[in-house]
Amino acid sequence: MATKTIRVDYIARVEGEGALELHIKDGRATSAKLAIFEPPRLFEALLRGRGFAEAPDITARICGICPVAYQMSSVHAMEQALGVTVDGQLRALRRLLYCGEWIESHALHVVMLHAPDFLGFQDGIQMAAKHGDAVRGGLALKKAGNELMRVLGGREIHPVNVRVGGFYRVPRRAEFAPITEQLKRARELAVATVRWVAAFPFPNYQRDYEFVSLRHPDEYPINEGRIVSNRGLDITVDEYDSEFEERHVAHSTALQSVLKRRGSYLVGPLARYNLNFDRLPADVQDMARESGLAPVCRNPFQSIIVRALELVYACDEALRIIAAYEPPDAPSVPLEPRAGIGHGCTEAPRGILYHRYEIDDKGAIVTARISAPTSQNQLSIEEDLCEVANQSSDLSDDALRDRCEQTIRNYDPCISCSCHFLKLAVHRE
Amino acid sequence: MTRDGSIARMLVVGIGNPDRGDDGIGPLIVRRLLGLVSPDVAIIERTGDALALIDDWAGRDAVILVDAAVSGATPGSVHRIDLLRDALPPELSLSSTHAFGVAQSVGLAGALGLLPAHVIAFAIEGANFDPGAPISPGVAAAADEAVTRIAAELQRLEGEAASHA
Repeated sequence: MATKTIRVDYIARVEGEGALELHIKDGRATSAKLAIFEPPRLFEALLRGRGFAEAPDITARICGICPVAYQMSSVHAMEQALGVTVDGQLRALRRLLYCGEWIESHALHVVMLHAPDFLGFQDGIQMAAKHGDAVRGGLALKKAGNELMRVLGGREIHPVNVRVGGFYRVPRRAEFAPITEQLKRARELAVATVRWVAAFPFPNYQRDYEFVSLRHPDEYPINEGRIVSNRGLDITVDEYDSEFEERHVAHSTALQSVLKRRGSYLVGPLARYNLNFDRLPADVQDMARESGLAPVCRNPFQSIIVRALELVYACDEALRIIAAYEPPDAPSVPLEPRAGIGHGCTEAPRGILYHRYEIDDKGAIVTARISAPTSQNQLSIEEDLCEVANQSSDLSDDALRDRCEQTIRNYDPCISCSCHFLKLAVHRE
Repeated sequence: MTRDGSIARMLVVGIGNPDRGDDGIGPLIVRRLLGLVSPDVAIIERTGDALALIDDWAGRDAVILVDAAVSGATPGSVHRIDLLRDALPPELSLSSTHAFGVAQSVGLAGALGLLPAHVIAFAIEGANFDPGAPISPGVAAAADEAVTRIAAELQRLEGEAASHA
């Protein structure tokens, strides 16, 4: 009986610390465990007793790559609890800030972290010597995202300008002038990135996922919408707990999220694209078709193309919002503390991020719950790893290890967020 | 920018977050260099995205990075590292919580042909990186030594550039 174990003790080019252990018996993968060993950070507990207004800045510290996602999910949840709606230009500015985060995060992942897997390089630095234009383009794209975060959020990482009810300060129109030219150039670079990644060799792999994302009546989803899937899920954000639950697994400090009646699901760019292709502008749809993507794509390795398409979209959307911007009369709407429960769900670069808070009549947080995209994708990643291993039995252990790491990076996992996550070990029996 | 509007040939970057205790020592030191060095030396502060540094140092002849470090040395020790000649000791990884650190940015800039002729790091050993904490007295006391050594380094680099002109 042939058995073997493939192990990756520390998965590189992902945010945070985790490992993978894969058991193979007679050529079939029997288990894949994504071990998240980054210590749990207990944010949900430390939020208890803090004021509702503190949630966006405290939760932003969960992640240096997607702080805006935490800020946005928390402000939406708190505003629901307080019975307040933020709309008009303030709503548009939130979407603009989120575009900055998508650009920054996707540019880093597509070019520096994931592309080397497809081109056979150890890392982005080795790749840069042969693909200098693409890398320079990626860096310039990331810089444009950073700049948008700085102009609107006060600084590139962990922006400080978001508050429940709006912003502390809103920019003047003139402040957007330099970033407008930068975004136009970034858009051209994003289009070049789409063409570059579309020509990569993709493993012939597909799986019948349940895709889950937000869906909005008019927009490609970022900040708002119903939570939908390709298997009939269609709920308001308030109904999240009725359909999803988190489970503890012994090998991970991250909780694993499942659909109560169906198990694993996939969130992130591939889910957003598949469930919202009709919400993309016609030229981005055309770019997708030219890249070889149908309106529904079930090959997770091609998520790199979708991320690049979302880069184009985010640049377009940012330019659209800036062109239509008129400074609002006030940077935020007034708030009065009251007891209540609020739910927020927004599209972080790597998928839906759910927050739920209960606050008391003085506005202090009684309970907090945060379900990060990587927690939600964990089970799907493990299932992918088993399937990929089964289809790659002809590969050497080293090649299989590389393919498994590439599979994990399809998800752009943020382990820091989920820990509540990566080493790869393959056990062959 | 220099007085004639061209890009300054030399750049000093203070890296760190002033709200995280001794992580703020880099920005503190470069602020003290303002006024002490030639106006042809650009001085900027950065909070920690090492990838963005590549763009900052494009077109420069020499770059000096000033950052906090944790190597186990006595707090306040000032380490000088020539990043183009010396491998960054693993125990002296310049503090970054993100996927790319300073050493990787030097590697990437090199691969892209964007590396200045000199990239020197002054790393000041920190002790306390708590949120909201002030800079520790022993670390703050090292600022004088760091400022003097960086000013001398800039003079040396200016002299070297002049002799090659």
